[in-house]
Amino acid sequence: MSAFSAGAVEVPDLKRRSSVLSVLKERGFSALLLASVGIAILTLVTLLFQVVVDGAPRLNADLVNNFPSSRPARAGIQSAIWGTVWVMGIVAATCIPLGVGAAIYLEEYADNSRWYNRLIEVNIQNLAAVPSIVYGILGLAFLARGFLDLGFTVLTGALTLSLLVLPVVIIASREAIRAVPRSLREAALALGATPWQTVSRQVLPAAVPGIATGAILALSRAIGEAAPLLLLGALSFITFNPDGLDSQFTVLPIQIFGYISRPQAEFKVVAAAAIVVLLAILLVMNSIAIMVRNRYGRRW
Amino acid sequence: MPLASPRPLLALPLALTLLATACGGGGERDDAGAGTGSGSTAGELSGDIRIDGSSTVAPLSTVAAELFQEEHPNVRVTVGTSGTGGGFEKFCNGETDISDASRPIKDDEVAACEAAGIDFEEITVANDGLSVVVNPQNDWAECLTVEELNAIWAPDSTVNNWSQVRPGFPDVPLQLFGAGTDSGTFDYFTEAINGEEGASRADYAQTEDDNITVQGVSGTPGGLGYFGLSYLEENAGAVKGVAIDGGDGCVQPTTETVQSGEYQPLGRELFVYPSGEALERPEVIAFLEFYIEESDAITEQALFVPLTGEQRAEAQAKVDSLAGA
Repeated sequence: MSAFSAGAVEVPDLKRRSSVLSVLKERGFSALLLASVGIAILTLVTLLFQVVVDGAPRLNADLVNNFPSSRPARAGIQSAIWGTVWVMGIVAATCIPLGVGAAIYLEEYADNSRWYNRLIEVNIQNLAAVPSIVYGILGLAFLARGFLDLGFTVLTGALTLSLLVLPVVIIASREAIRAVPRSLREAALALGATPWQTVSRQVLPAAVPGIATGAILALSRAIGEAAPLLLLGALSFITFNPDGLDSQFTVLPIQIFGYISRPQAEFKVVAAAAIVVLLAILLVMNSIAIMVRNRYGRRW
Repeated sequence: MPLASPRPLLALPLALTLLATACGGGGERDDAGAGTGSGSTAGELSGDIRIDGSSTVAPLSTVAAELFQEEHPNVRVTVGTSGTGGGFEKFCNGETDISDASRPIKDDEVAACEAAGIDFEEITVANDGLSVVVNPQNDWAECLTVEELNAIWAPDSTVNNWSQVRPGFPDVPLQLFGAGTDSGTFDYFTEAINGEEGASRADYAQTEDDNITVQGVSGTPGGLGYFGLSYLEENAGAVKGVAIDGGDGCVQPTTETVQSGEYQPLGRELFVYPSGEALERPEVIAFLEFYIEESDAITEQALFVPLTGEQRAEAQAKVDSLAGA
């Protein structure tokens, strides 16, 4: 940001007569860019500030340790936090291997001249834009009921969210794998490595930063989803934590929604405090992604 | 280029596991073992009771569940808010034990339940009423018809002066206050007055906090707003309740007229529907008995209109006969 605002106005003095105009244009352009960044940051800061101020009275250990209650002073989010942790754990454990696997196939193995591979590609791009409630209906029809008949359990909710964010993981992983230089693969193959050895020992480790970014983007989307889980039996009142894959559950967005819909103003405070907790979890996840990226990042 | 080990791939799931462990706090169930050693027969009840349905009734069922669990810590009651229709859909699929409903079950829902072999009972657990309120200085609008309210609140309404509401009303600007679109109050009011849930003009002061509506109406001579009846009773000095003419004359908004069913269309009964299968379990029977016995405390805490003695006796008799059956 500082590079634009301070130093970037030095324009090569090739045409002296237009240099004043160029400088003005350049300044105007950096001001415009700064404004776009500023609006985004200002909105975020305002939201954060508002929600922290609103939630401050309830940001204490009781919030995290208590279960939901109809009495605002006692209402907590323990079951929602643990529900979210369970759901995110299952989502990560299913969508990352599946997504990365699909990306490897499409980038390293698939023959793009085959019609079915192109069909798969188009479908994945389209799936990323399908509204989340549609995934909820899908989960209801095929996971909760129907053939799998898993019921309204934490597994059903997590698998549905996993399907929801799978396209994001696949697309990001493909980009990351594609960014690995061709020379690296050729060198490995020339040294006698099999395609699988090339992928697993050279390409994939080199693509980890990009894959990690994509995975975190996907998980960040999943952690904030409420609509599909509403269809899949996420509860507004539950006083126990998930104790298995077939357990009933709720997640933070659902619990926040439930508290906000209550008539008593005190519940708004609880909801705001719960939003701060959700944001904190999100922040921790993003920090991990940045750490992974920095740790394994390479320049070619 | 150094050969990279495959270890980086393990880092992310591992990190997530760590995250999961880190942000959970205590994690152990608070109520585990709380019922042991009490020696009372009540503590021996256990099992899961799944409740889903109307988001209006959910606060009631939540209070009931919470108080019930204090006495029976081994019974795990959960409450979901799929809406009355969504609740019945799951209920008739055998996926819930009790369905919350803000209206009686519809014929097609009965058919769906019958087709799936689910029998059920209807138990009234509370009364619900909405009050339309005006400024205490307002001496012209003692009673409004549903048509007049509809003219004011219809989605395409441009009414902005009391003189437009009814010939003879004074030339006073009309200022509207009401519920935000996320609330059950909004859903119910729009359904009863405008004939379609969610259909309302949008150019009014929307708030989820009924206190703001009270302040707005009490500070504006031409103000008009609506909220739950319990708020009118708490703020009787600040705002004035308007009688509603639903076609059979003007009816004052009071606990009694809501309970008697005269206050239409802004008064209604709220129900729970336990399934026949669930009623064979002692914890479900105990829960329903508790729901009715403690209904005064439950309705008060959830801000609803309590059952009449008659309604309560009827509900009690129903539960008793179910318990005996």
